[in-house]
Amino acid sequence: MVGLVLVSHSVKITEGLKDLTAEIAPTHKGIISAGGMEDGAIGTDAIRISEAIRQANDGDGVVVLADIGSGVMSAETAIELLEEEDINVKFADAPLVEGTIAAAVSAMVGSDIEAVIKAAEDCRGAKKIL
Amino acid sequence: MSTRIYDCLKAIGEKIIENKDFLTDLDREIGDADHGVNMARGFQAVIEKVDQDNPDIGAALKKTGMTLLSTVGGASGPLYGTAYMEAAKVFAGKTEVNGEDFGAALDAAIAGIQKRGKAEKGEKTMLDSLIPAKDAFSEKLAGGASLKEALDAACVAANEGIEFTKTIAATKGRASYLGDRSIGHQDPGATSLTMTLETIRDFL
Repeated sequence: MVGLVLVSHSVKITEGLKDLTAEIAPTHKGIISAGGMEDGAIGTDAIRISEAIRQANDGDGVVVLADIGSGVMSAETAIELLEEEDINVKFADAPLVEGTIAAAVSAMVGSDIEAVIKAAEDCRGAKKIL
Repeated sequence: MSTRIYDCLKAIGEKIIENKDFLTDLDREIGDADHGVNMARGFQAVIEKVDQDNPDIGAALKKTGMTLLSTVGGASGPLYGTAYMEAAKVFAGKTEVNGEDFGAALDAAIAGIQKRGKAEKGEKTMLDSLIPAKDAFSEKLAGGASLKEALDAACVAANEGIEFTKTIAATKGRASYLGDRSIGHQDPGATSLTMTLETIRDFL
């Protein structure tokens, strides 16, 4: 199953999102909250994110989602740090909350990594009030 | 006795830590008031974690980059972290610095920062000091100057870069939300970058 790694400056955001995803996509496995710094402080840590990617990978690949600012830069750095390793890891350019839910539901039903990324990225520009 | 590269990195760290409040105050004007605090935390870890006895400059720079990635927290983490790690590749296995390698390391750092931050010169970032510094460095070196003389010219250009950042609006990062209200303030990243180059020059 495609794993998911969640990145934000705030660990509360990624922990909360992980809990929410567990409710909505209960049979999805392999979602790791990699928000904040190791000590829980506000910030992002590319090394911590790269370790989360390793942990989320069961062989089907990992999609990384991030919210704002340097969270995206740290996520991209983490992916580059793993270049030499045999992990199919990609960044989904999607809103963090909506993208994560869509990606988890897609991964849960057995989609491959490209389909999971598409599910997340299809959330870009989604209107909330029609 | 610690190695020259360790002592140089320690000197950079001490300079950043000494200017923690100044850098944070600059960032308070246009950013999120964390540049000095974040960089000081990162370099405190660098001083503690880089091997004091290994003279391999590439290994020391790589460790510096990895440490900054995991301890800075804000945007300067991946930006400076990538810069040091790219520069590390130029110095892999080397224990001495010459002008040619130093120039190549500056080029590698610029390319790394651009890849990471997707920024160009003129967007009120550290690149507004680093790119002119590299150009001045290469020009001096090509004219037969020593490494230290070329670095002197690089520092002059980097300081001019800081002055230039006061005249332009930010288009990258948190400061870009301010639009023209960011004009008049110097960029904190260009400032810490210039401090880094000045420390290296003084160290040589």
